[in-house]
Amino acid sequence: MAQTVLHTAASRGGADHGWLKSYHTFSFSSYFNPERIQFGALRVLNDDSVDGGMGFGEHPHDNMEIISLPLDGALQHKDSMGNIATIEPGEIQAMSAGTGIYHTEYNKDKSKPVKFLQIWVFPNKRNVDPRYDQKKIDVPALPNQLVQILSPDQDDAGIWIHQDAWFNLGKLEENTAVEYSIHKKGNGAYIFVLEGKVTVNGQELDRRDGFGIWDTENFTIRASTNAEFLIMDVPMEF
Amino acid sequence: MTTKTEILVIGTNDKIRETVLRLLNTNSIWQATGVSTIDEAVVKCKETIYEVLLVGAGLTDELETRLTTAVKAIQPSIHIIPHYGGGSGLLFAEIYLALGTDNEA
Repeated sequence: MAQTVLHTAASRGGADHGWLKSYHTFSFSSYFNPERIQFGALRVLNDDSVDGGMGFGEHPHDNMEIISLPLDGALQHKDSMGNIATIEPGEIQAMSAGTGIYHTEYNKDKSKPVKFLQIWVFPNKRNVDPRYDQKKIDVPALPNQLVQILSPDQDDAGIWIHQDAWFNLGKLEENTAVEYSIHKKGNGAYIFVLEGKVTVNGQELDRRDGFGIWDTENFTIRASTNAEFLIMDVPMEF
Repeated sequence: MTTKTEILVIGTNDKIRETVLRLLNTNSIWQATGVSTIDEAVVKCKETIYEVLLVGAGLTDELETRLTTAVKAIQPSIHIIPHYGGGSGLLFAEIYLALGTDNEA
């Protein structure tokens, strides 16, 4: 029988630094909740808004797969490997921090906030060579389909990371549904609602709610309004 | 006088190790010290009782195993935990979980 966990939007940790407003689904920085450490290999799910012209100065990372998904506005990235890039909605960025990198992230726009998800997944191997990648998301012509935006396979759709994880974006019209099959035995799926309302395994979910489901092979996501969501399929043990 | 919780940090990237040490030492009840080699860790463990050994980036799997064996031989009760992320994001939660949540600042 499927096991589940619900993290409502209102139950998330929060941090307001003035220029940065962040909601943490899992323990992060000064937000610590021993009941909210991770969902399998999914360790960080931050819902960030950075004021115009502001951003994160140079800071380090190591041994983590770091995925950024812009929702509104543009994010400028510069790192110690020499990458200088801008990512916008419709794109995804991944960094394998491995043995260590430094980077900066700034809102490209001087006047309006940039909103994005920052997602950290534990790597399946420590101390890999650092790498950076960025890709456009291949949005399908037909509505009510899932779009794979991340996998462990360089030749598969979307970006790749050092973990047996698959991410899909979904956009459903009201009163439509989509079936999702877990990619690998031992994996679970974490559904994060970007917009609208959906029901998963009988659980109603609102905007920015998170819902984990595991010990099942598949499940249905049904939209009760027009809805957008992200499915993160990750190993529960790693 | 309150005794500080001693934390030893090992990692080969000097810049990241210094960042981690600076962040840990912002907590007034923690005392973090850094090393970059197993030999240095062994020397430190013979001088000071550490609650936690935080293993940062840069050691191979083989070296991490050798480190664990060497340190546990000197301090069997030390908590040896891998560090992930390289900055403040996960650092405090890693230490809290290793020590128990009553050690929060």
